[in-house]
Amino acid sequence: MDSVIALIDCQAFYVSCERVFDPALRGRPTVVLSNNDGCIIARSASVKAAGVPMGAPVFKWRDELEAMDAAVLSSNYALYADLSRRVTAVLETMSIDLERYSIDECFVTLPALDRDALRALGERIRRRVRDWVGIPVRVAIGPTKSLAKIADEKAKADKRAGDGTGVYVCPPEPDLDVLLYRTDVGDVWGIGPSYEETLREHGVTTAAEFRALPDPWIRSTMTVVGLRLARELRGQRCLDLDLVGPDRQSLVRSRSFGAPVEAKAELRQALAKHAQRAAEKLREEDLVARGISAFITTKTHGPPPHYADEAQATLDEHTAAAPPFVRSSRRLLDAIYRAGPAYRKAGVMLYAIRPRRPHQGSLFGRPVQDDEALMQAVDRINGTMGRGTIGVAAAGLPGDRDWTMTRDNTSQHYTTRWDELPVARA
Amino acid sequence: MTAARPARHTPRLRQPFFLTRVEAGFPSPASDYVETELDLAEHLIEHEAATYYLRVSGTSMTRAGIHDGDILVVDRAVEPADGDVVVAALDAELTVKRLRTRDGRAFLVPESQHHDPIPVRDGQELVVWGVVQHVVHEVS
Repeated sequence: MDSVIALIDCQAFYVSCERVFDPALRGRPTVVLSNNDGCIIARSASVKAAGVPMGAPVFKWRDELEAMDAAVLSSNYALYADLSRRVTAVLETMSIDLERYSIDECFVTLPALDRDALRALGERIRRRVRDWVGIPVRVAIGPTKSLAKIADEKAKADKRAGDGTGVYVCPPEPDLDVLLYRTDVGDVWGIGPSYEETLREHGVTTAAEFRALPDPWIRSTMTVVGLRLARELRGQRCLDLDLVGPDRQSLVRSRSFGAPVEAKAELRQALAKHAQRAAEKLREEDLVARGISAFITTKTHGPPPHYADEAQATLDEHTAAAPPFVRSSRRLLDAIYRAGPAYRKAGVMLYAIRPRRPHQGSLFGRPVQDDEALMQAVDRINGTMGRGTIGVAAAGLPGDRDWTMTRDNTSQHYTTRWDELPVARA
Repeated sequence: MTAARPARHTPRLRQPFFLTRVEAGFPSPASDYVETELDLAEHLIEHEAATYYLRVSGTSMTRAGIHDGDILVVDRAVEPADGDVVVAALDAELTVKRLRTRDGRAFLVPESQHHDPIPVRDGQELVVWGVVQHVVHEVS
């Protein structure tokens, strides 16, 4: 094999983004809350160590957070998206291929150097992302994605124990086997709770035991997905880097407004409607997509003001269900909307499109929301009773409610708005 | 859900607005020449992913041509050297000063007769945040 896979994982990403521009947050316990429901979606290491769980409603932990003088911030997606883009751009200069997996994780392909050289390269990558963008990352390297993921757990554990800088390279066999014997089978990427239970019933408790099982047994018990995971752990690459090509098929839904629109709520509704229509189109053609871009524009000729912007998002997985695209369109609008100009047109574009395949389950063990039955029902009703009979509420409810939140704790749009730049004292 | 911004300094017209225009059936006759435009960002920015803009607040750097309200183009990819104008994280804020190193000690030196140099005391952490490459000053 002439290449290896590195998983680049940004540490406490949202908190790290806030710290880049606010030195007062350095070393201070910090949490970031979700927009709509006040749940904790990012924690600094000190908050994690204090036992505050991910996803917890903030009101339940108010006392603990106050006791440790924690900064509590609302999420600032425009900032996080911009810094995520910068991290990716830096990684692109240092790798053969790159697959952006989520806002804070990337898989990159590196040349298959020896272990010491890879460790040095991983260290260079870590330092460059920290120096250039300001974000601390872990770099975990292995022959396959699944092994890189295990290396990442090891890097995380080592770092927590005060050992190592957050760079870890999988050892060659037979040391790799030793590492896998120490890895709980439930911690293998892609093995969810039900497969874990099945494996335990058969006395398989470690990653090493799992990969040593006979293929026919794995295939019959865990389908081809389980077999792929086992092979990945044996060092055979089965989950290829799904490279994002520039000329991928895309799907655009947009419309000019009859009269110019200034209100954000109206734009939000228009984008939601377009996102919903685009998802419907995907389902008609039996496709799924993972990328969405939203754009808004004023008139482009004649007297100013002219303004146009566009932003993109990647979903956790391919889908043809409307809700994830509608949610994304809303967040994207937050990133690009500027009050003032009269907008003439808004739209969405879906990209990273592929044919729908039988469901394979989320490899990262995230809960998969199965919207499929719901969407079939929606299509059936709209098919018999007319388009737009039912749909997501965001695409059109009278007086579309502004989803107010603890906006008072939002940091500035440091990198995306001229009037909110970070301040340098002179 | 994850989100990404488009590359900042790609001229807007190369973004999907082309797509929507073509779709509308009115391609601009000027579109063939869009690429000949000069992009100021291209001139000001060497490392796009590492470059941030900061707003100046204060008057301690006027002799270096940096005024209250100016915009700094700061490159974090550049190694700070003695004599560079830098943005530094000092205590709880970002500050712009000239970096001087003497006998292994770092100083942040203002460029104004009304301000004194700031020696970095023992136990105080000086983090050079980035090196100032350009200053954008509004003239009128």
